[in-house]
Amino acid sequence: MKEKLLLYCRYFLTPGKRLLNNPMSVIGIIILLSFTFIALFAPFLAPPKYAFNPYRMPHKGYSTIPKPPDSQHFFGTTSGQYDIYYGVVWGTRTAFKTGLFVVVIAAFIGVWVGVISGYYGGWIDEIIMRVVDIIWTIPSLILAMALVVSFGRGLENIMLALALVSWRWYARVIRSEVLKIKQMAYVHAAKIMGVSDFRIMIRHILPNTIYPVLIMGTLEMGSIVIMASFMSFVGLGAPKGYADWGQMVALARNYIVGPPDAPFKYWYTIFFPGGCIILFVLAWNLIGDALRDIFDPKG
Amino acid sequence: MLAFIIRRCIFLIFVLIGISLLIFCILMTFSPERRAAAYVQSPQQAQNIPGIIKQYGLNQSFYVQYKHWTSQTLSGNFGWSLVAAQPVWDAFCQYFPITFELNLYAVPLTLLIGIYLGTLSGIHRGSAIDHFTRIIAIIGWSLPTFLFALILLMVFYGYLGWFGTGIISDDFQLYLLNHTDEFIRYTGLYTIDGILNFNGAIFLDALKRLVLPVATQVFVVVALLMRITRSSMIEELSKDYITTARAKGADNKTVYYKHARKNALIPTITVSGQLVALSMEGSVAVEIVFNRHGMGWWLVSSATQLDMPVLMFMCMFMGFVFVVSNLVCDLLIAWLDPRIRLSTI
Repeated sequence: MKEKLLLYCRYFLTPGKRLLNNPMSVIGIIILLSFTFIALFAPFLAPPKYAFNPYRMPHKGYSTIPKPPDSQHFFGTTSGQYDIYYGVVWGTRTAFKTGLFVVVIAAFIGVWVGVISGYYGGWIDEIIMRVVDIIWTIPSLILAMALVVSFGRGLENIMLALALVSWRWYARVIRSEVLKIKQMAYVHAAKIMGVSDFRIMIRHILPNTIYPVLIMGTLEMGSIVIMASFMSFVGLGAPKGYADWGQMVALARNYIVGPPDAPFKYWYTIFFPGGCIILFVLAWNLIGDALRDIFDPKG
Repeated sequence: MLAFIIRRCIFLIFVLIGISLLIFCILMTFSPERRAAAYVQSPQQAQNIPGIIKQYGLNQSFYVQYKHWTSQTLSGNFGWSLVAAQPVWDAFCQYFPITFELNLYAVPLTLLIGIYLGTLSGIHRGSAIDHFTRIIAIIGWSLPTFLFALILLMVFYGYLGWFGTGIISDDFQLYLLNHTDEFIRYTGLYTIDGILNFNGAIFLDALKRLVLPVATQVFVVVALLMRITRSSMIEELSKDYITTARAKGADNKTVYYKHARKNALIPTITVSGQLVALSMEGSVAVEIVFNRHGMGWWLVSSATQLDMPVLMFMCMFMGFVFVVSNLVCDLLIAWLDPRIRLSTI
C-alpha cells in the first residue's frame, strides 16, 4: 500500500519539480496561489453584508458616478456604488467556480467520449468523430452564446453552455492518445486474460490520459474564464450586483474614458477587475504552457 | 487534383447537413411559439404566430419540421431579427460589409506578422526574439479581446485622442445620407468606397477608425500562428535536406527562406482556415467595444435580447465560413504539396 502510494506520488512529483525549475511557471504558481488564498478566505477578507447571499456586492446609494478609493472602499466604488474591493474578492470565487466546473464537466464528457471512440474504433469511432467534427465547425463563443439564449440568462447557464461546448477538444486529443495506448503490450495482455472492456478502459487506459487532460484542463481554464467574463460583460451573465469580474468591467464601461481634462480619472473601475481577469488567465496559461513543455517538448 | 476537389466538395455537403441538424436540434429545445420567429418574414406575420405554427407544422414530428425548416432556409428565409427590425437575411446583408472590412485588414496582417515573427523565432531559437515572441504569445492568449480593446480605447482614444470609435464620423454619415448620388456605395466597405469615389477624407476617416480594432484583433489572434510557424520551422530545419543544402554551399538566406520555410508553411496554412473563424469570433468583442455596428455587434445585441433566429443564423454562417475556409486551405496545400495531392487520390 505504502509503495503504491509512493508510486502515485512520484507520478506527480517529478513533473512538479520541473515545474518549479521554470521561472515562468513559478510566476504562474505564485499568482494562482494568491488567488486561491483570496478565494478561500473571502469571508474574512471582505465580510459579506448579506449573509444569505455573499455573492451580492454591497452598494451605498445608486449614483452612477464612480468614487475613488478611500479608507472605507479600498479600491473605490464603481458605477452603481458597488464596492470594487468586495467585488474583486468574491469575484475570485466566481472565477474559480466557473472555471473548475466547466473544465471538470467538459473533461469528464470529453475523456469518456474520446476513450470510447478510440478504444472501440470502427463505426462507433466514425460516428462519434464525425459528430465532433461538426460541432467543431462553430466557434465556441458563438455556439455557447446560442446555447445560453436557449437556456436563458444566468451564470449557471453560461457554465453549462461552456461545458457543453468545450468537451470536443478533449474528445479529439484523448481519442488520438487512446489509439496509441491501445497498441501497448499490456493492453493486449489484459485483453487476452479476459479482462472486460470496461475494466481495461478504467484501469489501463484512463490513467494514461491524465497528463494530456491535465495540460488541456490548465490551458482551458484561461479561455473558459475569458469567454465567461465576456458573456457577463455583454449582459448574459448573473443578475446585476453579482460579484463577477466580467460584470464589473461592464459596470465600468461608460467610465473607461473620463472627462477631457482627466482621461484616466476613473482608472480604478477597470484596473482592478480587468487586472484580476488578466492575471488569473495568465497564471493558468503560464502553468499550462510549462506543463506542455514538460510532457510534450516538441509542441 | 480535380478528383480531390470533387471529393472535398461532396464531404462539404455532408458537413453542412450535419451543421444544419445540430442547429435544428438546438432550435427544437424552444417552444413552438418561440420557434415560430425563425420562420417569420414581416411584422404582419409576427402578429399571427398560431398561423405560422400551423403553416410550418411546428407541432408535428421532428422529421416533418426539419423538412420545412431546411426548405425555408435553402430559399433564404432565416426568420425575423428583432434587433435589426428586418428579416435576418436583409440584416445580414447590411451588417456583413462592416465585419468583412475589419477582417479584410486584420486577417492578412495577422498572417504576415505571424509568419514573419514565427519564422524568425524558429530560425533563432532561444534568442532574444524567440523569448520576445513567446512572451507576446502568452500575453496574447491571456488577454481577453474585450479587455485589450478597452485598454487600447482608454489610451489611444481617451488619453491621446488619436483614433476614434465607430465606423465613420457623424458628419460624414450625414453627408453620405444626403448625397447618395455623389458617393456611390459600390461595395459597402467605407475604405474601398472612399478610394473608388476619389474621396480621400472619408477613406482616411474610415481607416483611422479601423486602426484600433484591427490592432486588437491581430494581437489576440497572431499568437497561435506564430507558435505553429515556429515549431514547424524548427522541425524542418532539423531535417536532412537542410544539411544537404548547406553541404552544397547554399547561404543562410536560401536555406531558411527557400528550402525550410516553404515546407514549414504547410502546417501554418492548415491552421489558417481555423484562423479565419477565430478572427471572426474576435470581431464580436472588438465590434462591441469600438461600437462598430457589424455582425458581432448584431450577434451580441440579439443574444442579450434572446433573439434566437439570429443566433441560429450566425451558427450556420460561422460553420459555413469555417468549412469553406478549411476547404480553401486544403486545396491550397494540395496545390502546393504534391505529396498530399497524390496520396489522397
